[in-house]
Amino acid sequence: MTSPSWNDAELIAALLAIDPTGLGGVVLDHPSHEAAREWLTLVRACLPDGAPMRRVPASVTEDRLFGGVDLAATLSAGRLVVEPGVLAAADGGTVVLPMAERASAAVLAGLVEVLDAHAVRVEREGIAARHEARVALVCYDESADDESLPAALTDRLAFKLTGLHVYSCADARATALSDAVTAARPRLASVTDGAAWLDAVCELAQAYGIVSLRAPLLAWRAARAHAALAGREAVTEADATVASRLVLLPRAITMPSPPPPPPEESNDETPPEPPSADDDTPPDAPPEPPPEAPEPPDAPEPPPAEEEASDDARPPADILRDAVAASLPPGMLEQLLAQSGMQRGVQGKVGEETVSLLRGRPRGARAGEPRGGARLHLLETLRVAAPWQRVRGRTSREQRVALRKDDFRVRRFIERTGTTVIFVVDASGSSAIARLSEAKGAIELLLAESYARRDRVSLIAFRGATAETLLPATRALARAKRVLAALPGGGGTPMATAIDAAVTAAIAAERSGSAPLVVFLTDGRANIARDGTPGRGKAAEDALAAGRAFAMARVSALFVDTSLRPDGTGRKLADAMRARYVPLPAANSAALSGLVRMVQQEAGA
Amino acid sequence: MRHVYPFSAIVGQDEMKLALLLTAVDPSIGGVMVFGDRGTGKSTAVRGLAGLLPPMTVVEGCRYGCAVPKDGAGCGYCDRGHAGHDKIHKTKAPVPVVDLPLGATEDRVVGALDLEKALTTGEKAFEPGLLARAHRGFLYVDEVNLLEDHLVDLLLDAAATGENVVEREGVSVRHPARFVLVGSGNPEEGELRPQLLDRFGLAVDVKTPTELATRIEVIRRRDAFDRDPAAFVAHWEKAEKAVRKRIQKGRDQLPDTTVPDEVLERATALCAKLGTDGLRGELTLLRTVRAYAALEGHAEATLADLRVIAPLCLRHRLRRNVLDEANSTTRVERAIDELYAAA
Repeated sequence: MTSPSWNDAELIAALLAIDPTGLGGVVLDHPSHEAAREWLTLVRACLPDGAPMRRVPASVTEDRLFGGVDLAATLSAGRLVVEPGVLAAADGGTVVLPMAERASAAVLAGLVEVLDAHAVRVEREGIAARHEARVALVCYDESADDESLPAALTDRLAFKLTGLHVYSCADARATALSDAVTAARPRLASVTDGAAWLDAVCELAQAYGIVSLRAPLLAWRAARAHAALAGREAVTEADATVASRLVLLPRAITMPSPPPPPPEESNDETPPEPPSADDDTPPDAPPEPPPEAPEPPDAPEPPPAEEEASDDARPPADILRDAVAASLPPGMLEQLLAQSGMQRGVQGKVGEETVSLLRGRPRGARAGEPRGGARLHLLETLRVAAPWQRVRGRTSREQRVALRKDDFRVRRFIERTGTTVIFVVDASGSSAIARLSEAKGAIELLLAESYARRDRVSLIAFRGATAETLLPATRALARAKRVLAALPGGGGTPMATAIDAAVTAAIAAERSGSAPLVVFLTDGRANIARDGTPGRGKAAEDALAAGRAFAMARVSALFVDTSLRPDGTGRKLADAMRARYVPLPAANSAALSGLVRMVQQEAGA
Repeated sequence: MRHVYPFSAIVGQDEMKLALLLTAVDPSIGGVMVFGDRGTGKSTAVRGLAGLLPPMTVVEGCRYGCAVPKDGAGCGYCDRGHAGHDKIHKTKAPVPVVDLPLGATEDRVVGALDLEKALTTGEKAFEPGLLARAHRGFLYVDEVNLLEDHLVDLLLDAAATGENVVEREGVSVRHPARFVLVGSGNPEEGELRPQLLDRFGLAVDVKTPTELATRIEVIRRRDAFDRDPAAFVAHWEKAEKAVRKRIQKGRDQLPDTTVPDEVLERATALCAKLGTDGLRGELTLLRTVRAYAALEGHAEATLADLRVIAPLCLRHRLRRNVLDEANSTTRVERAIDELYAAA
């Protein structure tokens, strides 16, 4: 099966190589690693000889990324030796970031800065430096369901390359592409706008519902690079089309007037309307390229200017929109839309990572010996020892640094950063329908409380056969409220599954250095067993078993019974979980938030 | 060599530009917090500001960029000169606009022992950090909500007291650090601590322009800059010069600009109506309206001036209910409208 992204892959490689800093880079959407490696080889072939390509592993430390003190050299030389980081070393080439969705906030901040300023600034450990870092960034998006690439990053990368599973590029073809790129690079600066295509790109971006202004800017730069690649001096429709398809479409939120069947357009008495789109499909972006043909990149486009005559009456943006739509295989648009819809849902990811950034990061150092798990803070140790070197009899540079026991400094970490309140909300038909809105009200109150305390909040809802994490731990409480308001009710009560999910979430919170508190809002009347089968008996049994497992995890919990007439089911389950039990009728709003505070204090004691 | 996108070439975003100009005229207004969408030119504006500020007079050789001290308010070096030990020479230096990278460590922010000197000569010397470099200028933190809390605390502390006190690894240093803190952030990416917000003098909401013509103009200018930065900068030099002149004029006029009682009373009424805590709101309104009048060339601030700058000063001081999604800007504007209609 020929995949159209083969051809896009080559185009993207070429365009990036022509204007790496202008276009920022590319997201490889779940690529196979072999294909990605092949593709990177092509990028490398297109870049000038000797252009570096650096891989940033997920485990990269900040000093390696930005540059820092070269400890070994510093110690032996007796003076501060600075070692440039990976980003600076990649100047003029590419930085490859696998598992970009896992990048820490610090790495992210560095990359964003490099993309904006084309340089790295180092302000750490006594070093102040600025290194050029004109790089193109290649991110692998390997996210699972609930992860996504940080928007701050994707916003700055022009391209997204999907379907890179099998890829190979014949040598002859790669050479041809590379030659075309080399010829194009000096032309780039002088490429101008042919006929208001810049305006058309902006208009199309808006029609697609794209808010960020970076999108049309990147699309425009891509159009110029494409024109340079084709040997043109001005951007034409073909360039704008390719650029819009590669840069704007993957970001589209809405689709202007369903374009695949354009019936109303054909009646404006220009019969050759569909041809106008069809005709330029082969030249500029053939979805099925002849894979054996080595010539497409260098002289592929016979200037398609002649078509424009037939389109004179129509504004360039419309032409562009239809041209972009026509260059796609059918069904693609819906798929793209579904994807971008998903992307929008997970904004705020960066904020969460900020929080985890606090954890495990050293907060200064204190005197102490590096044993019992405490980690030596070498630099601080040296700093403490440094002023005494003279006194301790170190006279020449050849001598080693004289360290005493008192000099040792160990790293201090920030521990518990606060509480994560995990709400587990019963949205099933049994209890919830009747009292869901009351439960929502109670949660809102607790949310306001949590805000004052700077807690993080996460939200799990269960109904039918599943428990779903509606909101991973976050401090953006306005979002929590929005999600909650949109929560529908109805279906069975998979109590056991819900308790399992709560345990998982609590452990995750604990691992990120925060103390979890689980608040259940349910009537506890399970009717869906763990394996998804309906039936009260088995379901209740499973629920109690899950409850005991919950108790073993020693997580503080509050069980708010939302049933209209509590009959002991809830209390039994709460006891199994060792959770504090409160029936909602008694829990007026103020009392409820007071309880949460109390449970927290007890947990802290 | 490196060309910076000119401040005046930024399309729209008038409120953000105004806020920055006001703090350039009167740094005592306090910092500016810029909320907003991605890609709205927040960083571009701050970086462009550097080119607009008239150079300042500093003591030659002073590592902290002190003004020539009149009363011993400078750093140790300058005060010694003042006491007659050394002769002080004046020189001109550009106003610093320091960009704080998010990966900065505490020792680089406040300054620390000079490791190199300590290792080579055994001398205990202080190496000034970013706070020292930002003295009398601007300190910019992009995505301030991503900065670690303890660094934010350090910044706020220095910004509030106007000096940086360092007590670490045997170095004991105190030096002036008066700077305008400019932060930017996207509230969707994590809440800001309310205490932090209150410390900023002004707050701006920037939005991505939605009007097509404006959007096209943004891209067109950016494209022109991409293609030939030198020519673009030269083309805008005239406009830049005009802004520079406006700032200088505003500064010169600031001491003679008065704020009449009726404006003060209205400012107080506004704060009372909105229920802002403490006196910071009133104080900021007073300073800002004076700076605005000076910038506009009015000898006396007017009620109309107050109306222009009030949202800037107050929108981040409302007692916030996170769950109330009503925009704080709308709330401020509603209060202003009511108050002005009643009067």
